Amino acid sequence: MTVNAAVKWLKRNLFSSWWNGALTLLVLYIVWSAIPPFLDWAIVHAVWSGEGREACLGPGKGACWPFIFANLDQFAYGRYPAELRWRVDLAFLLGLAGLVPMLIPRVPAKLWNLGYLVVAWPMIAIVLIAGDRPGLVGVDTDLWGGLLVTLIVAITGIVASFPLGILLALGRRSEMPVIRTLSIVFIEFWRGVPLVTVLFMASVMLPLFLPQGVHLDNLLRCLVGVALFSSAYMAEVVRGGLQAVPRGQYEAARALGLSYWQTMGLIVLPQALRSVIPGIVNTFIGLFKDTTLVLIVGLFDFLGQVRIQLSDMHWSTPQGAATGYVFAALVYWVFCFGMSRYSVFMEKRLNAGQIR
Amino acid sequence: MARRSSLASRIFPFVFGLVVGAGVLYFFLPGPPQGGKVQTAQQPGAKPQPGQQGPAQPAGSTLAEVRARGYIQCGVSTGLPGFSNPDDKGNWTGIDVDFCRAVAAAVFGDASKVKYRPLNAKDRFTALQSGEVDLLSRNTTWTMSRDTSLGFDFAGVIYYDGQGFLVKKASGITSAAQLNGATICTQTGTTTELNLADYFRGQNMSYKVLPFEKNEEALSAYDNGRCDAYTTDASGLHAQRLILKTPDDHIVLPEVISKEPLGPLVRQGDPQWEDIVRWTLFALIDAEELGVTSANVDQQMTSASPEVRRLLGTEGKFGEPLGLSNGWAADALRAVGNYGEMFERNVGTKTPLGIPRGLNALWRNGGVMYAPPIR
Repeated sequence: MTVNAAVKWLKRNLFSSWWNGALTLLVLYIVWSAIPPFLDWAIVHAVWSGEGREACLGPGKGACWPFIFANLDQFAYGRYPAELRWRVDLAFLLGLAGLVPMLIPRVPAKLWNLGYLVVAWPMIAIVLIAGDRPGLVGVDTDLWGGLLVTLIVAITGIVASFPLGILLALGRRSEMPVIRTLSIVFIEFWRGVPLVTVLFMASVMLPLFLPQGVHLDNLLRCLVGVALFSSAYMAEVVRGGLQAVPRGQYEAARALGLSYWQTMGLIVLPQALRSVIPGIVNTFIGLFKDTTLVLIVGLFDFLGQVRIQLSDMHWSTPQGAATGYVFAALVYWVFCFGMSRYSVFMEKRLNAGQIR
Repeated sequence: MARRSSLASRIFPFVFGLVVGAGVLYFFLPGPPQGGKVQTAQQPGAKPQPGQQGPAQPAGSTLAEVRARGYIQCGVSTGLPGFSNPDDKGNWTGIDVDFCRAVAAAVFGDASKVKYRPLNAKDRFTALQSGEVDLLSRNTTWTMSRDTSLGFDFAGVIYYDGQGFLVKKASGITSAAQLNGATICTQTGTTTELNLADYFRGQNMSYKVLPFEKNEEALSAYDNGRCDAYTTDASGLHAQRLILKTPDDHIVLPEVISKEPLGPLVRQGDPQWEDIVRWTLFALIDAEELGVTSANVDQQMTSASPEVRRLLGTEGKFGEPLGLSNGWAADALRAVGNYGEMFERNVGTKTPLGIPRGLNALWRNGGVMYAPPIR
């Protein structure tokens, strides 16, 4: 009975015609020829422990995981002083403490929670990570690296681009010509230049234009560049949502005597943002991965840190580079997949009333 | 019950406001005035002095700036094994890094007063020109155009590099002269290809080149047996040999076919700073010649040899014209050891790289490392 059902299922879904049957076999062949060798390399024949490159040398050995284990601290914090790393940990734990209740819809006091996340927590994080205040030793941004920098760039980009993007989107649809023009010029300028150019200008060219004696931190310059760049993209996503809101909604809000900001805040934006959640998350994920570009201006984000640790001759092995990149891919995937799944969850929840 | 809760609800906003207010106040507080920042000892408000940027500046200003700032900004590479790379504890290591430390020790008596700025090949000159680094110690080849038209001064040569060949031991090739008719893997679009053509034409030998866009691709093609030899700078060959499938089956041929003298460089126009960098390098080489090491530098202070005494500052006042203490060289040696120690520790035959001294041996031992005397 169950065998019959299985055969039926197979026949209907995988072998419904000779063409589909051929495709199924082809895909199975590709999976078969790619997955087992990879697993063999990454797990079965991989080296799991060792003190240096010698452990990973020799014929038939797979991934060199001890290289990852030995450098985990570097991948996470860069050259942030080891004895002060608890401050980074604490900052991100406090962030998680604010983020987790924020993400669970049932937990109350969302407004306070949001205030903590976007106002109080960034200040706490700056104090903890940068230090340089009474009782806290300062740590230069040159020493920051690894996942720390990736998260700082990504979080700054995400937190700054969301409100900026909404304002720009509203500005672009505004009836005031000056604001509209300025918004259009801003958006089109930042969308028209590649992020690499923005970072390069911020890091290399800007110091040449600044008056003598003015010094801006390299990381800060890049953060501003990333925030402005991503807000332009966010603005266009939000504008798409605004255009999807029927005209009747605006008119009804006006008819009720709501002001512009009341109309936008209570009627239009909630509907507009809900419909563009996939686009917003798409932008966030793109931004998260774009943070790897800061490597070209001498900041060592997670991927950059993985690459630079490969130049340590005490860990130079044939498999070193592949191991490092597989590990990096895994870490990026975990973050991006997490964001993606949460967006699916939110979409389902917010659209509960509209499921047809 | 109700009264208590109303009391609590009256006190709560007050306490909350107090906490938030204190937090905001703390956020905007400046750091302690002398508060040592980690590694850099930078004061929160310390701005670079005017005149830092641009190549033209009065003599001696770099040293004054470095002193006021409290550390040296040293440009290093973004990871070249043995020259400048971070280890798995996060510390920078390598010959180029050790040289930064030596200069810091000569200036401050403390080798840790360096801030490393990893620079890629594109940014390195801009960074030195704009004053972001005081010293570029980043495997940079000393060429005439860089020295003259870019506005830099090279302080000397810390490593004599050159384009070399990597071949399989099994091939029986032991000298570049036996490469007639060989297929050679290399990276395209660099001077490597030109040098190759020049060399084989000069030797009247034939060869086939298999060019690749990226170094890694060329190396993996060589590893997979598509070429007989792989060529790039010898220092890179030794490092890249380590990531071949079986490193011990390959050797780096002893000959080099181009001159790539790598050395530290500074901005033109500050002779004093240039002298400090140059003579720190010379002192490290002289010390090897005189047998002064990091281990025996303190005993050698009382040496009978006048050359050693002048080097270590127990005789004469050789630090003064540089604006340094007379024990400047002793401080540098105590921190990083002499040139030979630096070489052996970072790239020498006892390290995985296993680079023989070759051209970088002292002139007395068949190399070309030669430093003017201190007197």
